[in-house]
Amino acid sequence: MLKRTPLYAAHQKLGGKLIEFGGWEMPVQYTSITDEHLAVRNAAGIFDISHMGEVFVGGAGAEAFLNTVLTNDVRKLAIGMGQYTLMCNERGGVIDDLYAYRMNATDFLLIINASRIDEDVAWLEKQNAGRCDLKNMSAQFGAVAVQGPRVKEFIDAALPGSAAAGAEVKKISELTKNQIAIFIFDYVTIYVSRTGYTGEDGFEIVAPAEKIEAVWNRLLAAGQPLGMKPAGLGARDTLRTEACYPLYGHELDENTTPVEAGVGFFVSLDKGEFNGRVTLAEQKATGVKKKLVTFKMTDKSAPPRPHYPIWVNGAPVGEVVSGTQSPTFNVGIGMGYVPSELAAVDTKIEIEIRGKRFAAVVVKKPLYKKS
Amino acid sequence: MSKVPTDLKYAKSHEWVRVSGDTATVGITDHAQHELTDIVFVELPAVGRKVKAGEACAVVESVKTASDIYSPVSGEITEVNNAVADNPALVNTAPDTDGWFYKIKLSNAAEVAALLSPGDYQKQIGG
Repeated sequence: MLKRTPLYAAHQKLGGKLIEFGGWEMPVQYTSITDEHLAVRNAAGIFDISHMGEVFVGGAGAEAFLNTVLTNDVRKLAIGMGQYTLMCNERGGVIDDLYAYRMNATDFLLIINASRIDEDVAWLEKQNAGRCDLKNMSAQFGAVAVQGPRVKEFIDAALPGSAAAGAEVKKISELTKNQIAIFIFDYVTIYVSRTGYTGEDGFEIVAPAEKIEAVWNRLLAAGQPLGMKPAGLGARDTLRTEACYPLYGHELDENTTPVEAGVGFFVSLDKGEFNGRVTLAEQKATGVKKKLVTFKMTDKSAPPRPHYPIWVNGAPVGEVVSGTQSPTFNVGIGMGYVPSELAAVDTKIEIEIRGKRFAAVVVKKPLYKKS
Repeated sequence: MSKVPTDLKYAKSHEWVRVSGDTATVGITDHAQHELTDIVFVELPAVGRKVKAGEACAVVESVKTASDIYSPVSGEITEVNNAVADNPALVNTAPDTDGWFYKIKLSNAAEVAALLSPGDYQKQIGG
């Protein structure tokens, strides 16, 4: 039985086409992936991200505990700030990638991937062994993302008010990148952060499950006059691929390290012991065997897709992990793993599509960067 | 609401056939293009290729996925529509006219009679 988010009825009302994703029944699109993608790039889009998980970690030992299970350094987080980070196993393989927010001196909020909630919580509980308070609140919360260059024009009108706790923020548009604050919506507290997964400016809002449809409706009404569209997982995937953000199960898995995946920047070696540190330190010092590259097609071809072989100099050397036709650039783009010596920008590669090989080139990431 | 032109015959797998003499033109239905949306690539069979009814002989790709197109009838490919290869969006805008895929010289005309009527196809897609 697929799980449904508290916005299921809203998706049906909007004519969303529902598919299975990580055990959830989610809208892949409402009108068309391309339309929704371009709406986010040019105006705004609203996404249901209620399937994502929320885990609260609190107590005197929370900071120290998180620094042993996450790769980034939570000590660097001021109150009300968040960071991209990864949770690794002892071999440095990625259990999940996530956002960690510091709500106050001793309380943290982790936003984790929908498909990894069970694995993450089991791993965290095992590592914690009762040291700090750990609460999986994923089922109690819904969440939406509003993304795009015009979001800042309507967000304050849609969700007015000053921050109820944490940093001094008079209105949502004053939040800086990666900042989070608690606001009051319809007599309950909601969490609003200036984050996203599209390469655009925008916000993510976490609210009690029973309030998320009211938040969604309020944002939709405020944003639609400016060109905002509801956007599904299809556009979410093409947007994040253009922005070169990893997606768990594609760029990341338990046998791939953050250094191999090109997110070694979020691994802090100078904070003491943490899971995977030995491997990650060694890889940072001496290099890795395989590396994630970003590429674009130079031959006219069908869009590259996950698992298509990558060839260099007449030999298969790796595999595509994400690929699509870029709605912004109208060209096939993707990411894939190749031996490190073949990962340099401008390396000519070939993508095998249904038995034929087509020319592509390794390019600098991200493919899309907002102006 | 998808269009189901009454002068065509249909395959359960959402292709249409327009017969003229011993040749059939093949494309995908309005319903199919609605379901696929945003067609970004069409791969056509080689002219001269012999195909059997039910054989995958073309590929249509949306942003999200690649889908095989199955020939509703058997025969030899005599012509392909290079316009859809150059401009795949034609399949979205004119699926049963300018967005045709290929022409095929029928090797077994009886197969055409076994295809779905417009009314039966309409029922299949829930009309």
